[in-house]
Amino acid sequence: MVDTWTPAAELGHAMASGDASAEEITTAFIERGQAVEEGIHAYLAPTFERAVDEARAADDRRTRGEALSAVDGIPLAFKDVFVTKGVPSTSGSRILDGWVPPYDATVVARCSEAGLPMLGKLDMDEFAMGSSGENSGFGGARNPWDAERVPGGSSSGPAALVAAGGAPWAWGTDTGGSVRQPAALCGIVGVKPTYGLVSRYGMIAFASSLDQASPFARTVEDAAMLLQLACGHDPMDSTSIPDEVPDFLDGIDAGIEGMRIGVVKEFQGEGAQPGVRTRVDEAYKRLEKLGAKIEEISLPSFEYGISAYYLIAPAEASANLARYDGVRYGYRAPADDIVTMTSHTREDGFGDEVKRRIMLGTYALSAGYYDAYYGKALRVRSLIIRDLEKAYEKVDLIACPTSPTTAFKVGERTADPLAMYLSDIYTVPVNLAGNAGISVPCGLSPDDGLPVGLQLIAKALDERTMFRAAHAFERDFGWISSAEGRPPL
Amino acid sequence: MSTTTSDLYETTVGLEIHVELSTASKMFCGCGVAFAGEPNTRTCPVCLGMPGSLPVVNERAVEYTMKIALALNCQIVEHSLFHRKNYFYPDMPKNYQISQYDYPLGSSGVLEIAGGFGTTRVGITRVHLEEDTGKSQHIGGSGRIADSDYSLEDFNRAGTPLVEIVSEPDIHSADEARVFVTDLRALIETLGVSDVRMEEGSMRVDANVSVRLKGAAGYGTKVEVKNMNSIRSVGRALEFEEKRQREALMAGDELLQETRHFDEKTGATSSLRTKEFAFDYRYFPEPDLVPFEPSPEWVEAVRSSLPELPVARRERFVRDYGLGEADVALLTTSRATADWFEAAARAYGGDAKKVVNWIIADLFGLLNEAGIELPQSKIAPEQLAGLVKLVDGATISGKQAKSVLVEMFASGKDADAVAREKGLEQITDSSAIESVVDEVIGENQEAADKVRAGNLGTIGFLVGQVMKKSRGQANPKLVNELLRSKLEG
Repeated sequence: MVDTWTPAAELGHAMASGDASAEEITTAFIERGQAVEEGIHAYLAPTFERAVDEARAADDRRTRGEALSAVDGIPLAFKDVFVTKGVPSTSGSRILDGWVPPYDATVVARCSEAGLPMLGKLDMDEFAMGSSGENSGFGGARNPWDAERVPGGSSSGPAALVAAGGAPWAWGTDTGGSVRQPAALCGIVGVKPTYGLVSRYGMIAFASSLDQASPFARTVEDAAMLLQLACGHDPMDSTSIPDEVPDFLDGIDAGIEGMRIGVVKEFQGEGAQPGVRTRVDEAYKRLEKLGAKIEEISLPSFEYGISAYYLIAPAEASANLARYDGVRYGYRAPADDIVTMTSHTREDGFGDEVKRRIMLGTYALSAGYYDAYYGKALRVRSLIIRDLEKAYEKVDLIACPTSPTTAFKVGERTADPLAMYLSDIYTVPVNLAGNAGISVPCGLSPDDGLPVGLQLIAKALDERTMFRAAHAFERDFGWISSAEGRPPL
Repeated sequence: MSTTTSDLYETTVGLEIHVELSTASKMFCGCGVAFAGEPNTRTCPVCLGMPGSLPVVNERAVEYTMKIALALNCQIVEHSLFHRKNYFYPDMPKNYQISQYDYPLGSSGVLEIAGGFGTTRVGITRVHLEEDTGKSQHIGGSGRIADSDYSLEDFNRAGTPLVEIVSEPDIHSADEARVFVTDLRALIETLGVSDVRMEEGSMRVDANVSVRLKGAAGYGTKVEVKNMNSIRSVGRALEFEEKRQREALMAGDELLQETRHFDEKTGATSSLRTKEFAFDYRYFPEPDLVPFEPSPEWVEAVRSSLPELPVARRERFVRDYGLGEADVALLTTSRATADWFEAAARAYGGDAKKVVNWIIADLFGLLNEAGIELPQSKIAPEQLAGLVKLVDGATISGKQAKSVLVEMFASGKDADAVAREKGLEQITDSSAIESVVDEVIGENQEAADKVRAGNLGTIGFLVGQVMKKSRGQANPKLVNELLRSKLEG
C-alpha cells in the first residue's frame, strides 16, 4: 500500500526500483482523495479513470525503459483555471459552466509530456478572485485542518487536496498570493515563480500582468521539481522569458551559511496575529542558526501594495472578463435581444466579487479617472520594484510572514471585502514586482493550532537561492515529515 | 443657391482609412488570412478569444505597416506598444480590440495629391496597426442589428491585421477626397501589402466632414460619414454631405455632431447615432504583449525595400515618355494599369504617346463597358503594341483598327489575325495591285489619256475605280503611286 504522505521525489525512486507502480501510486491518491472529498470539497471535475489509464501507460513505458521523466506516472491535479482539452474548465465560474476547451494549457501539456497522470480539476475562487475559496461558483473547498475554516484562496482546491494527502502536488495560480496564502493556511509549500518563468498560455486570465502558474507540494524539493517540468520559454506567450532555465535541484542541499536575509521593518508591527508572529520569529532564529545573517530592511512602498493591486488587477480583469458575453461559449441567458442577453448572462453568470472587481476596474480606467487611479497605481508599482532592487543590494532574500492570520472561519470575512483583501498584504507586492516567492510551513500557531507559513522572497529569476534557503529550513525544522505536519482529517 | 453665397463657406474633410493587410497569417495567431470562405473555418482559440488564449504579434504585419508609414513619409516611432480598446460587440471575440493608442507605428506623414484643384499636401496624422473584427449577419428586419430576428457571427475575418491611416483635415472638396483615396489605394497596392478592394472591405473609408464660414476661427460641427464602399461612393457621399451642411447653415439651422450612414441607392446620408452615444474605450496598455522598438536598422532595411512609388513613377512617365499630367494621372490609378502601359510601350518601341492614345481613347471605354480593370482584360500589352504597328505600317487604317480592337478585346486574338479574318488587311503587295491598275487603265482609256496629258485631277477617279475593284482592300496611297508611275511615264 502506497503512503500518500510520501513526497513525489521518493515515489519516483520507488517506481525506479520497482517497489511501486504508477498505477498503485495513482490509485492510492485517488482513494485518499475520495476519502477526504466529503470534508474538503476539493474537486470540481475528477478524471480518475483517465488518471489510471495514464498511470498504466506510464508503467508500460517504464517497463520498456522509455520513462518520460523521473516522475513519469506520479499523478497531479490542476486548479480549474487551467484549460484542459476535453475536460470542462470553469475557472470556478458558472459563466463557463459546460464549456469544454478544445486545447490544453502549456502547463498541462508539459506535465502530460513528462508523463504525469491528471487526477482532475480543482475548486477555486471564481476567476481566481478571493482569498478563501468562498467565491467559487460551485460550493467552496474547506481546510483539512478544520472543516469549519477556509483553505485560503484563490487556489483553494489544490491547497486543500495536497494538504490532505489527496495529491502529491498540484498546480495553482498566484496573482496576489493565491498559492502562497492557501499554502500557508493549509500547512504546505507554495511557490510563486518569477513572472514570465511559466507560460500563461491556457491559464484563464484574471490579471494578465500579475498571474503566474504556481506549484503546490508538501516539500520544497517536490515544488521545485514540478516547477522545473513546466517552466521555460513558450512561443505562445509573448511575456514568457526566453532565457534558459537553471536546474532548481542543483545545489538545493548547499545550505545557507553566509546568506543575507532581510526582515521587513514595515511588516514587524501590529498587522499579524501574535501566534503568527511567534512562529515566524522562531523561523528567523532558525535561519540564523543555520548560518544566515538576518538584517532589518525597509520597504516603505509596500504599504501601498494592496491599494495599487486593487486598481491594477481589477482594471486588467475588467477587460479580460469582457469576453464572457454568452455569444461564443459557456452560459447564455435566454433573452430576445443581444443587449439583454449579454447583460443577463453576466448578471446570472458572475458572482458578487467578480462583479465588484469588474466595476472597480472599469471605473479605474474611465476617461478622467485613468491618471488618478490606474496611472498612479502603475507609479506605485514602479516604486515597489525600485524599493526591492535597493533591498537586494544588501540582502539575498527577504523573509516575512506569508499571511497575517491563520485560516479563518467560513463566512467570517465574506461581508467585509477589505478585511478579505488584507489577507494578501504580504504577498501582493511580490506579484506587483514580478519577483519569486515561496511559502514554507513554520509550524502551528500557539493561538489556534493552525498552520503558519514563512514567506521567502527572491530576486527575479533567482529561484535557486529561494529553494536552497527554504529547503534548508524545511529539513532542519522537520515538521512536514512529522505526524504534526499532517492534518487530523 | 447663388455662387456668391456658396463661396462664403468652405468644407473641411479628414479621412480615416482602414486597410486589411495581405499577410499569410492573422495579426496574433497562425490562422490564414483570406476573403470569405465557409464561416468559422479559419479560426483558433486565439482569434476566437477563448479563455486562456494569448496573442503573439505577427512581425510581418508590423513590417507591412511600416512600409505604408514610410511610403507616406511618416516618422517611425522609436518605442511602441499595443493597447486594449474596450467595447462590447458580438463580432468582437474578446470584447476589446488590440490596437495602438498613443504610440502609433507611424506619424506626421504627408501625401501630395494633384488634380483639377491643383496640388494639395494632405498631412497624415498617424498610421497604426490593429486587429479586425469578425462579421455579423443580421437576419430579418432591415438587416441592421436593432430589428433583426437573430444574428449570425463569422469569425474568419477576426484577427486579420488592419492598418488605420488617419489624415489631417487638409481636404477641402469631394474631388480632393476622391483623388486622395485613389492615390492612397494605388500607393498601398504598389507596396503589395493589401488587396485594397473597397467592395470586399479590404479597404474601408470613413470621413469627418464639416463646413464653416470662410476665415472662421474654429471648424464647423463635425459629422462622421460611414459606409462608403467605393471611390465613387466617397465622392457622392461627400458631395451630398457638403451640400446638406451648407444648406443647413444658410438656412440658419444648427448641425448635430453625429455619425451618418451613406446609402448607395439613394445617394444620401442618414443619421446613425448622435454624440450622446460617444464611447469611452478605456484604453490601457495590452498586458499580454511586450512593448517593442523597431531598430533603426530594421526601419532602414524596410525603407530601402520600398518599390518605386506612384509619385516617382508619375514623374518618370512625364519625363521619359513625354506624357501630359492628365494622361499620366489616368495611367497611374493602379499599379497594374501603369505596369500594363509600360509593358505595351516597351513592346511597341516607338512613340509611347500612340500607345497611350489607344489605351485612354479606346481601351478604357471597352473596359468601362465590361466593368473590368485592364489586367483582367483578354488583351495583352504586346497585342496592343501589335495593333499600333499594323496601323503604322498602313496594313489597316486607323478606322479599321478600332473595330479590330473591339474584336481583340472580345476574343484575345492578335491584331493581324483579326484583320485577316475580317478581310480588312489592305493589299500592300504592289504586284497584286498592279494587275488591277492595269485592268482599270485598259477599261478607262479616256481618263488615262487625260492624266497623261497632265490633268492630274482625273487620277482620283482612277484611284476610285481601283479601290472599287479591290473591294477597298488596296492601299490607296500605293494605288496612287502606281497610277502616276504608269501614266506620267
